[in-house]
Amino acid sequence: MSELPAGVERRQFDGEERLATQGEPVYGEPTNEGWRAWNPNRSKLGAMLSLGMEAGLAGGDEETVLYLGAASGTTVSHVADFAGPTYAVEFAPRPARDLLEAADSRPRLFPLLADARKPERYAHVVEHDVDALVQDVATRGQARVALENRRFLADDGRLLLAVKARSEDVTRNPGDVFADVRDELSKGYEILEYRRLDDYHADHLGIVARPR
Amino acid sequence: MTADSPAEAGWFAGLEPDDPEAAAAAIAEETASEPADWPKLAVEAGFASDAEEYYDRLKEATTVATREAVERAERADDRQLVHAVRTMDDCQRTANELAERLAEWAGTVDPDAGAGVEYARAIVDEDADRDGGVDHPRIVSLAERVVALADEAEALREYVERETPTVAPNLAALAGPVLAARLISLAGGLEPLAKKPSGTVQVLGAEDALFAHLRGHASSPKHGIIYTHDAVRGTHPDERGSAARAVAGKLSIAARVDHYSGERKPELEAELEERIETIQSRTADDESGESGGDDE
Repeated sequence: MSELPAGVERRQFDGEERLATQGEPVYGEPTNEGWRAWNPNRSKLGAMLSLGMEAGLAGGDEETVLYLGAASGTTVSHVADFAGPTYAVEFAPRPARDLLEAADSRPRLFPLLADARKPERYAHVVEHDVDALVQDVATRGQARVALENRRFLADDGRLLLAVKARSEDVTRNPGDVFADVRDELSKGYEILEYRRLDDYHADHLGIVARPR
Repeated sequence: MTADSPAEAGWFAGLEPDDPEAAAAAIAEETASEPADWPKLAVEAGFASDAEEYYDRLKEATTVATREAVERAERADDRQLVHAVRTMDDCQRTANELAERLAEWAGTVDPDAGAGVEYARAIVDEDADRDGGVDHPRIVSLAERVVALADEAEALREYVERETPTVAPNLAALAGPVLAARLISLAGGLEPLAKKPSGTVQVLGAEDALFAHLRGHASSPKHGIIYTHDAVRGTHPDERGSAARAVAGKLSIAARVDHYSGERKPELEAELEERIETIQSRTADDESGESGGDDE
């Protein structure tokens, strides 16, 4: 098993050991003594950590994160629980309403309503040299989004990417889509590890990479 | 600022530290091509005394900016329409489901039990008259709920019929207010609908059939929800594909006019009518013989 970031622990919930972080519950997840279970079926990053991928996250107040595709805040709330300043970018207003609620109790979670394909719309807000770039956007051109947002990432930072095959092309074999995405991604990143997330999310690939 | 800072400025440039409104506007409207060490630059510029204070101000500004943008988007009239038409369908469906349950239950005590919302109304009316009928307080109460839900669906339909023409006048005129609202709902708003190609509008609401087709199991769907348009339904099945294509084309144009200009263009209706007449005359001409197959 790879090492979990500080602030993420395996804890008991109803006799079952699950990943958990400390914070206000967001999506009706079970809690136990201030810890909230992190459901890998609802979170791609949670699935990547559950599967033991080497995410390279340290955790702690000094760690900065840019999270693309925050949606209702399910995953980014866990990230803000264990990391420091966390920038949450979401494009759609409706889920952003829930994101605002999740951000309410988290003083270092910054909600931003912006399009992850247009980083210049938030580069005046998001600081440079973030330690982790987490991306979970359901749009075509997911590799391009990761390349465009590389400018925010520190040289020794990590890209944690969940690729949704069906967003690229519903009719193609997911394996072929993933190969193309890895290929395009390697223009700007060195891929350290990749793994199918099918145990938790059908037709998704988890990728850990660092900037070249 | 420091020598290595880019020419561009962060969101806090020129802001008073205690003006969250202006800060929110800067977050929403300014841009920069490259990020920088904003916390450090903000402290150097005197915007905050240290990084912690900077982050506190950033938190307030991003929250205000995002909340304002969310509220603006949700207040938009097409959003109201989307909720109204979806709620109308939910009320209708639930009323019908409960009416079925009611008919089953009432059938055990009432030999003349009918079916549907109509029967629910009959029970409620009989109860008011108090002469015979169903004498079971729980069944009568259930009937009252069914009637109330059906009435709410009707009130929502009236609301949709009233509001759609102000939100999308051309689309409402061409499609009828309820179908127009459904198309807006399926697309997720007027703007997304205006941006869809007409081929997509043609099959909105037929997603299952479309994906079966894309996977290679089935032929392509001829129409989605626009099937309920008279010009499609009133056309001979052999020509329905052509009719659906023509209707979708005009509805797409109407949605674009409504979103980008908002002015009425009555000529769209005339153009569609003319086109549909041409299509329908193909089958009217050879009523007796078999028509040439339109292989869509």
